[in-house]
Amino acid sequence: MALLVAIIIGIMVACGVYLLLRARTFPVVMGLIMLSYAVNLFIFAMGRLHAEVPAVAGLAGDTSDPVPQALVLTAIVIGFAMTAFAVTLALRASSELDSDHVDGDGGRQP
Amino acid sequence: MNSYFLPLIVALPFLGALLPPLFVRRGRTACAWSAALVTAAALALLLSVAAPVFDGDSLLFHYDWLPAYGFSLTFWLDGLGLLFALLILGIGLLVILYARYYLSEQDPMGRLYAFLLLFMGSMLGVVLSENLLLMMVFWELTSLSSFLLIGYWKHRADARQGARLALTVTGAGGLSLFAGIMLLGHIGGSYELSVLLASGDQIQAHPLYPATLVLILLGVFTKSAQFPFHFWLPHAMAAPTPVSAYLHSATMVKAGVFLLARLYPAMAGSELWFYLVGTTGMVTLLLGAYFALFKHDLKGLLAYSTISHLGLITLLFGLGTPLGAVAGVFHIINHATFKASLFMAAGIIDHESGTRDMRKLNGLWHYMPHTATLAMVAAASMAGVPLFNGFLSKEMFFAETLHQGWLGEWNWILPFGATLAGVFAVAYSIRFIHDVFFNGEPIDLPRTPHEPPRYMKVPVEILVALCLLVGIVPAWTVAPLLATAAASSVGAELPPYNLAIWHGLNTPVLMSVLAMVGGGVMYAMRHHLFALHARFFRPFDAKLLFERQLERVIAAARWLTMMLENGSLQRYMMLLLLSAVAMVAAGLWGRPLGGPLAPGEVDGVTLVGALALALSAVTTTIWHRRRLVALIQLSVVGLVVSVAFVRFAAPDLALTQLSVEMVTIILLMLVLYFLPQQTPAESSGLRKGRDILIAGAAGTSVALLAWGVLTRPYETIGDYFMEQSIPGGGGANVVNVILVDFRGFDTLGEITVLAIAAIGIVTMLRGLRLPTPDTDADGRPWASDRYPMILAVISRPLLPLALLVAVFLLLRGHNLPGGGFIAGLVTAIALILQYVASGTAWTRERININYVRLTAAGVVLAALTGLGSWGFGYPFLTSSFGHFHLPLVGDFELATAMLFDLGVYMAVVGSTLLVLANLGKLTLTKREATEGE
Repeated sequence: MALLVAIIIGIMVACGVYLLLRARTFPVVMGLIMLSYAVNLFIFAMGRLHAEVPAVAGLAGDTSDPVPQALVLTAIVIGFAMTAFAVTLALRASSELDSDHVDGDGGRQP
Repeated sequence: MNSYFLPLIVALPFLGALLPPLFVRRGRTACAWSAALVTAAALALLLSVAAPVFDGDSLLFHYDWLPAYGFSLTFWLDGLGLLFALLILGIGLLVILYARYYLSEQDPMGRLYAFLLLFMGSMLGVVLSENLLLMMVFWELTSLSSFLLIGYWKHRADARQGARLALTVTGAGGLSLFAGIMLLGHIGGSYELSVLLASGDQIQAHPLYPATLVLILLGVFTKSAQFPFHFWLPHAMAAPTPVSAYLHSATMVKAGVFLLARLYPAMAGSELWFYLVGTTGMVTLLLGAYFALFKHDLKGLLAYSTISHLGLITLLFGLGTPLGAVAGVFHIINHATFKASLFMAAGIIDHESGTRDMRKLNGLWHYMPHTATLAMVAAASMAGVPLFNGFLSKEMFFAETLHQGWLGEWNWILPFGATLAGVFAVAYSIRFIHDVFFNGEPIDLPRTPHEPPRYMKVPVEILVALCLLVGIVPAWTVAPLLATAAASSVGAELPPYNLAIWHGLNTPVLMSVLAMVGGGVMYAMRHHLFALHARFFRPFDAKLLFERQLERVIAAARWLTMMLENGSLQRYMMLLLLSAVAMVAAGLWGRPLGGPLAPGEVDGVTLVGALALALSAVTTTIWHRRRLVALIQLSVVGLVVSVAFVRFAAPDLALTQLSVEMVTIILLMLVLYFLPQQTPAESSGLRKGRDILIAGAAGTSVALLAWGVLTRPYETIGDYFMEQSIPGGGGANVVNVILVDFRGFDTLGEITVLAIAAIGIVTMLRGLRLPTPDTDADGRPWASDRYPMILAVISRPLLPLALLVAVFLLLRGHNLPGGGFIAGLVTAIALILQYVASGTAWTRERININYVRLTAAGVVLAALTGLGSWGFGYPFLTSSFGHFHLPLVGDFELATAMLFDLGVYMAVVGSTLLVLANLGKLTLTKREATEGE
């Protein structure tokens, strides 16, 4: 299980990083979202993956670790705010600069 | 004892530096008065505590600042400190008076006085600090204020370059000095002078003594312009002349030799000390005297003469004899008086004739006899003519060079060098007088010279009078001050010495006569010497060399900046990611990757989910140029991630991820409407290959990290929260309790960030004009059915149901999966659905909420809930559970957490809709406008 999760997270990170390195804003934003998924999963996995029961006090069984969950929960919401900010910035930039290239100049400069 | 006067004396100029810029509006005289009064007040304070110092006492002010680091606010007034403080404040007062008449109408006078006072305070700090670390702070401040003062005429390139040069040289020396002082403190066990000065033997026996000495001397030599660091001082003459007179002859350049005098008992007396300090002093003495003769610029001559005299003082301390130290201290006093007055006289000549070039300045005697007389007295003192103060210390210097015995059969070198320097000193002093005031008529001067304003001469007169008084009746004037200062420098009983003018016919007198005659002859032959000098000495400009080095450094910095910061986000991303990968690699290097735990079994469902996740992530990437397709693939990734949260028993996360997923995809669809539907194929194969490598490296390093952690045993702090959740937070859903109670402050911060992001987005969208395409990427027109009826019909009854679910999730969140974040997102989705299905206008008519206010109210509510616990005497955001239990209200503790969660809910709904509704509105503007036509 650990191996599988590690590989999946690695694949998601690789895909996210590749997209981050693209030259246009939209793929970069998609890369950002992909990377958020991967990072959230990674942090969540730090609480280990053996649990069968949610982190609710009083439930019998192997409960999941609530601390990374609390971290990830807010991270998901903040991640949304960040994504929204990034795409709005991309919109504004493409309106002002007439290009959706991340360097703002349509990639004309070397 | 009024020991607290000491920090006050140091602080007064710093505080007083605020006054001149304020008073300059009331006129130049008021401005000068404000600076002068501050200085006079400090001087009065100093004099009021000076009396016991003459009796051999000293004054100590001690305040522990950082005792663990040996850093204390300790000030100490002994003889040496008193002498320097008197010089700083006394000459400072004269310079302030002089500057009032020197500065022209265009010069910002307030700034000069402010800088001068800053410098004065720093210099007082250097000479009065007892703790060496404290002294170091003031030492650096003198370098900085000197930089400001040299660059005072900032429109002039030579002033800026001179300031830069001086700061670089003295600043580098300051760093070296700092290192030396750290070592000294390490050896001596303290940074307090009282300890260090008493442990000279221990310090000099320590193996680190040579390193310490060299480092400290580097600081001393750079500050006091000793060879080979002397080159900054002539360029510092680009400063206004009052500054040159004050900093670069009387006080700041003496900081170096002050330190020699101060540390004399701790550091001096060794053979190494003699060779380093003595040799440097000797070389500087001769070089400075030689170059002074060949300068055509008045201030240039004085600058090199200053270098030479500083060399003389250094040499005296280098001899390592108590009488040498006495002569050194004496020459510090004498040099300060005659050189400051000479600088002021040079400033007057420059001011009244418009030039400082001695090839043009001739015969000024007829135009300014008064100034000429004053200058002649001061120059005679500089040359060491009897009856002037320079003579006395020079005689002592000559005598001391005869009495040292370090060099064996080479002992004659010292008196020989001293006499030779004396010859040059006489020659350049004669040149200063004869060339300027006699020697024919002036040659096309910019102005017709005349006597300066009355009060501009007063400071010169006072200093010249001091030169004469000290020179004629030393025993009645300078003797007590000299005795106490020299005694505190040497740190022991002084051997007997006599300040008389005539000691009988002895070798020093012969050396003096030799210097006088030789100097006269040399001046008479000056034209031949100038020709020789010009032929054999290539002009070598340290400033040019320095500026060239500086340009090289700047070019290298530019190149490096361009390599790292070329304006391309892709470059930054690459560097950032590579650094991250490199750090992970460095951290993992040489460690076992996996841990001892068994990796665990994989079940079929999980495997299928994992494959789906990997497949959709990879296809998102492969198809990323077809943006809509990639977006759909990306949403699959998000959905599977939320399923994964369910699989691993995290229902709160799954609910959050699911709802955020929907909001995100709607957001990106909206954005995609404005952006190109396709990404052009512009990456080269090479670029793709490089990116794949980076991505692979990043993915591998994260995977290795995850693998490393998951196969190692762990201890969680989660158990604490599991146990404390109900007793401490009053809820069973531990994730929610952490969010709203244990880590409530974090959550408050997070919803604040959310609100700020939403408001930032709205601000960016304001006034945004975007081209709204009439067709999609393939040229097909948009569907005519803008609000499909089925969607509208279904979505309307869905709204109350969804709201009901949201309320349910919010209420139960404290005990079962749910809570403010999730409820807020569910509400937001339900509302957005109305916007999508029925249009903005329709929705606005029915649900008219000001989302900005809603967001703000949410954050405020959460914050107030936190503040509420203050009212009951508990820290911010304390859960009130169990603290007060009202019979009628019942579980009141639950209510406060609920209030906080309600704030979260409102902030989430408000900011989500703020973003989406405003973005959605943009799509309508043009289409609705065209429809309306």
